[in-house]
Amino acid sequence: MTQPTQTANPATGPHDLAEEFLDRTTPLSRLRGLMHRYPAISPAVVLVIAIIVFGMLNERFLNPANLSLITQQVAVVGTLAIAQTLIILTAGIDLSVGAVMVLSSMVIAQFTVQNGVSPVVGLLAGLLVALAAGALNGFLVTRLRLPPFIVTLGTLNVFVALTLLYSNGATVRGGDMPDLLTWTGTTFSIGGVNFTMGVLMMLVLYVVIAFILSQTAWGRHVYAVGDDKEAARLAGISVSRVLMSVYLAAGAILAIGAWIQIGRSNAASPNAGTDLNLDSITAVVIGGTSLFGGRGTIWGTLLGALIVGVFRNGLSLAGLDVLWQTFAVGVLIVLAVSVDQWIRKVRK
Amino acid sequence: MTLLDGSTSSAAGPSVVREPILTATKLVKTYGRVVGLDGVSLELYPGEVLAIIGDNGAGKSTLIKCLTGAEVADEGEITLDGKPVQFKRPQDAHAAGIETVYQTLAVSPALDVASNLFLGRELRRAGLLGSVFRMVDKKGMRKRARQELADLGISTLQDVTVAVENLSGGQRQAVAVARAAAFGSKVVVLDEPTAALGVRESNQVLQLVKNLRDRGIPVILISHNMPHVFEVADRIHIQRLGKCAATITPQSHSMTDAVAIMTGARKA
Repeated sequence: MTQPTQTANPATGPHDLAEEFLDRTTPLSRLRGLMHRYPAISPAVVLVIAIIVFGMLNERFLNPANLSLITQQVAVVGTLAIAQTLIILTAGIDLSVGAVMVLSSMVIAQFTVQNGVSPVVGLLAGLLVALAAGALNGFLVTRLRLPPFIVTLGTLNVFVALTLLYSNGATVRGGDMPDLLTWTGTTFSIGGVNFTMGVLMMLVLYVVIAFILSQTAWGRHVYAVGDDKEAARLAGISVSRVLMSVYLAAGAILAIGAWIQIGRSNAASPNAGTDLNLDSITAVVIGGTSLFGGRGTIWGTLLGALIVGVFRNGLSLAGLDVLWQTFAVGVLIVLAVSVDQWIRKVRK
Repeated sequence: MTLLDGSTSSAAGPSVVREPILTATKLVKTYGRVVGLDGVSLELYPGEVLAIIGDNGAGKSTLIKCLTGAEVADEGEITLDGKPVQFKRPQDAHAAGIETVYQTLAVSPALDVASNLFLGRELRRAGLLGSVFRMVDKKGMRKRARQELADLGISTLQDVTVAVENLSGGQRQAVAVARAAAFGSKVVVLDEPTAALGVRESNQVLQLVKNLRDRGIPVILISHNMPHVFEVADRIHIQRLGKCAATITPQSHSMTDAVAIMTGARKA
């Protein structure tokens, strides 16, 4: 009854903090702290090393034509990976991004060609379909509270089936389409390296989403929701509204990906992009974004997509069997997730 | 009971002359046939720390939930600043100026200290950058976060750009408390703020509670820890079997008395 009031005073000075910082500054823990703060560091290092090594293995690798080819090969999966990053940041996952993109591309091409409408109308139709697909995923995740993995595993099959039903399994050739739809495949040259409009659009999309994620309240809320849903809710953030908006944004991005895909392959094929569902996840994970949500950057994803592109291209130039490319990508995924686990142990 | 009330008002000193900020009158809350609250009244005065103690199932959580909008009382009245209020959702209480720090520490680990303080109420940049491009004012938020932390006397958080997950439990609790105390809240409710903390960290949080009181922000503190309660509380509301068994002060009663009243070993 008499002793209380004095017990609070000891040990509340600022030196406490200094002590706490001192006891964990071994070089390794400092590296981990740095990687924790800037998750794009490790993919950046891997990309630079890969480019140097492949450049030394085969001089054709660094040819402008080859570099141009790599960027084009990366454009579609790089765009899909933007949508995937947004969803993974919220601690979700979307197995249906490739299927939505293909469905959207079939709608864009076939709706325009069959009905003879303006390509702008066709693009808008593709956008609407992709938004509807995103809304469906978002609805199932937020309203029915189903795990995103299960939701998108289901909708993946639904979208694949819808694509084949709508297109009757037939490919629409680029030559039959209005020029606007294949415009994303047209090239322009910077310093001897050719880029396509699709690559440019992908890069612009990265800049826009990077800005939104780092500079707007919505971007912070995406991270907060993925980090700790309950904490975000108690802070007054409407978690389901944020999740819904993420799935809708992903839909819009996938529609742009569909347009880029049409330009890239100069066709709209219902059988394209079956690998893209998983490849987009690969790019995100290799880019240092945590599958547990709340951690990662969009630039890491671009690096991740480039790493996959560089490895596939470099290994094939080095004359290795195509299976070794798949092997290498698999190793990269496991390494990337291991590094993420290690980084997350900064402070348990 | 009357004797206790008498000693309360004389010991609490300034609270006699001031109007209570928050009052609850005869709150009743039943869950089916289980009576959670059986006519509980409570008054909170400016600049005081009111502790609520009680055994498990005594109704302290239910009482707090009714005061913070997490539950709606079946009967009874709540007033804030003399005006009757009705909280149907936690957001209602939040909007009225009652901030709650939950036991689960509602902070976002990967975001930094400043972002956590402003989570859900981010500041925007001035002009077109804010209105058209929706840019948040990172610099401004950091500056105000530093200011708020300094005002609260939180010296253990020097760097507001550190991610919260790199902080110790006490520092995280400090962030959560600072969140609640900043931005002109009228009442801060702390639910078991020291339950998961070590000795030194508990002391930091208790010091923070005192700082809040010294700034004139009344605090409701729910705790199991008698030494902590007796250290910071001005008055102690003891819940027992859904009723207020007594309201005592650390001066009028000992910890043993409080536990005796709490468990029913002694009549209040």
